[in-house]
Parts: sequence; C-alpha cells; structure tokens
Amino acid sequence: MIAIIDYGVGNLFSLQSSLKCIGADALVTGDEEEIRKSDKIILPGVGAFADAVAKLRESGLDKVILEEVAKGKPLLGICLGMQMLFEKSYEYGEHQGLGLIAGEVRPIAPMIGQGLKVPHIGWNGLQFPKNKEKSRLYRYIEEGDCVYFVHSYAAVGCEDALTAATEYGAMLTASVERGNVYGTQFHPEKSGSVGLKILQAFCEG
Amino acid sequence: MITKRIIPCLDVKDGRVVKGVNFEGLSDVSSPVELGKYYSDGGADELVFYDITASSDGRKLFTDILRQVAQNIFIPLTVGGGIQTLEDFERVLNCGADKVSVNSGAIQNPELIAQAAQKYGNQCVVLSVDVKRVDGRFMVFAKGGRENTGMDALEWISRCEKMGAGEIVVNSIDTDGVKKGFDLELLAAVCDLVSVPVIASGGAGSVADFVTLFETLPKVDAGLAASVFHFGEIKIPDLKRELSQKGINVRI
Repeated sequence: MIAIIDYGVGNLFSLQSSLKCIGADALVTGDEEEIRKSDKIILPGVGAFADAVAKLRESGLDKVILEEVAKGKPLLGICLGMQMLFEKSYEYGEHQGLGLIAGEVRPIAPMIGQGLKVPHIGWNGLQFPKNKEKSRLYRYIEEGDCVYFVHSYAAVGCEDALTAATEYGAMLTASVERGNVYGTQFHPEKSGSVGLKILQAFCEG
Repeated sequence: MITKRIIPCLDVKDGRVVKGVNFEGLSDVSSPVELGKYYSDGGADELVFYDITASSDGRKLFTDILRQVAQNIFIPLTVGGGIQTLEDFERVLNCGADKVSVNSGAIQNPELIAQAAQKYGNQCVVLSVDVKRVDGRFMVFAKGGRENTGMDALEWISRCEKMGAGEIVVNSIDTDGVKKGFDLELLAAVCDLVSVPVIASGGAGSVADFVTLFETLPKVDAGLAASVFHFGEIKIPDLKRELSQKGINVRI
C-alpha cells in the first residue's frame, strides 16, 4: 500500500485518481500507523513552504516519515513536497526542510533572467544529466518528454542528486534522487500518460 | 523550453457540453466526462470546464459531474462558472480542479481575486474576461456576454493582475463563433499590458488560425477553443504536428 500523506496541504484528489488509474493501492492518510504499515510514501504539497513545513511538523508526521525513510522505505516528494526534502528554503524568509537531500530552494526569478514569466507554469521537457545512469523513475519514458510544472522556486546546489532538469531561461531542477528518496518538481499526476508512467515506475519500485 | 498550450473548453449546461455561436443558440454536443477523457488522452495540454449558465441564473456547478471529469483526466483542469465566493473556490478545488476561473464573480466583487490569490496562490486564480468593442474601445461584458459593464477591458485586466490573477483568459465576443481567427488586436494589447500567462479564446476556425496566433503574438501562452475541437473540425494531434512543423514549440 502507498501512503499519500495528508497533512492539510494541497489537493490530493488528482494524485489519488492517478494512482487508482494505474492500479496502485493508495491511501490518503494522516495516520501514523497507516504510514508505518505502508510500502511506500508520497509527500505531496502546494502553497507556501513555511506553512507546509509547519503543518507537517505540527502533525508530527515529519518524524514518522524520517524514521520510515531511514528504514529504507521509498519516498516520493512532489512539487512543494519535493522542495521540503531539502535542507532549507528561502521562500519568504529562511526555513528548515527535512534535510533528506543536500541543497536549498531559491526563487527562480533571478535565475531565469528578464522576459520570462514567473511562476514557470506549463509543459516543459525533461533533460537527463549526461554523466549519469537514467533514474529508475524514468524507465518508461524518454528524454525530452514533457511534464507539467507550476512553481516559482527551485532547488539549487543539488547536482549530486539531480536526475532531470528543464530549460526555462536556465536549467532548473526538475527531479532529484538519493537512495530511496525521490522528488519531482513537476506534477506527475497532471502530466498525462508520461506522468502516469513515472508514478507507475515509483509504485513498482 | 516551455511549450505553447492547446486547451479545449467544455462549456457545460445541465451536465452536457454545449457551444453556441456568439453565446446564443446553444447546441448539445456530448458528455463532459467522455470529452474530457478523450482530450486528456488525445494530446490536450489542459482542460477548461465552464458552467456557462451559472452566473446568469445562479445555478451551482454540478460538482458530481466535475468530480467524474477530474477522476478521468490527468492534465490540469480549470473550472469556472458561478464562482462568487471563496467557498465556491473550495468546492471546485475539492472536486479536483487545479485552477479556478472567475468572471462575473470578480466583476461583482473584485476583492475575490485578492482573497483567493492569498489563500490558494496566484497560480490558482484565472481571470476570464469577455471583451467586446464598443465605439472603438475594448469593454468588459458580463452575464455570458449579454451585459456591458461599462468598464474598460485593459484597465480591468491590469487591475486584476495586480490583485493576484495568475493567468488571463481573453475571450473576444467579436470573434467568438465566427471561426475566422483569434482577435489579434485585442490579444496584442493584453500581452503588452500583463506579465502573467495570456490565453487566447474566441475565433479559432482552423489550424492556420493557431499558427497565426503563435507566430504573430509569441507572448501568447495558450490557445483555447471549444466547438472546432468538439465537432472534430480540428484534431489536436494534427494541430500540434502542424505547429511543430512551423517551429512552434508544443508537447507532442
């Protein structure tokens, strides 16, 4: 069973529907026991970093997630859920993340230069790092496939964990991976058949 | 590089997809659930789901239909029609909408945009504006295009952007249903004005109209249409292939 963490942030309906579509056994839950019983964890999130991290900590689920990940359970963070995997974010101040992946989250505006709109919203292609093996998450898709992004902040300083980038005035972090911890800046549950294939790869392990 | 988006719009009345010429003479086309899935599987980059009667007779969206649509599509979904309060935002977001489109509701209460942007983020708030030329000026129309509000469209769009609208759907009443191309003059004026994504709506009749749109106005982010897609006059895969051949970056 895959536990989709419900900590009062974001809309879990689409994620739940997409997992159902690929035949995965998924449960939206904020219950510690269910999360501990699960085989895999998905950490979603939309909205502001500080608010989301505060809610996750208030729920006490941050500790549960960290303990389960330490035991080797696969974790996928999506969008803000991915940003929370990092050490810190500079969205409206400076906030500590879960620290599972080295790097930090910064506004994209200074990275992308003039003339491009913020947020980076829409479909953009994935580019895989040249010197690395393709991520397991991408085993059913090809380089250049488009996925759906909506974000104003992006992870930096995470070259070691980078599994895909996307070009938007600069190369922005699209996904990361470190051991059993995965993160996608884009929304696989909103990325059509490509997104479903990415979720399927995660669900299959 | 980010791709241009092709967006079919499902105008819904009594749970069925309809499309009228210049907003009058509605004709039933098909089921929103079937059409939504057809488009999601067939290359649409996003779907817009509008209850077109909601603001004129106060009918609420049929949230169960919306929920069924959202369960079957895995591309972004924008919902509009009868959105007047934050509770309306909450209701459609809970049914699987990713973005909420406001039109008459914002005209009646412009603060709605600011409140919704603060609560759900700018990316969630789409301003939809129906524009018609009156004595050479672009004016905002309400009630499904039937009532001149007396507001200048460019001023209104600019004001809504400042309040937090994250995208602007510009629907030209003058070109809607005529199928002779998008309203390039109006769209150019809006693109010069705002820095958020602009979605062109009203007037698409052929593949060439989309090519002209994106070639003439590179700042336009997306093209939206209804009947030409519903009646199969334009097939989205064909449209995207043609755009790609013309050097316009689209998701194939």
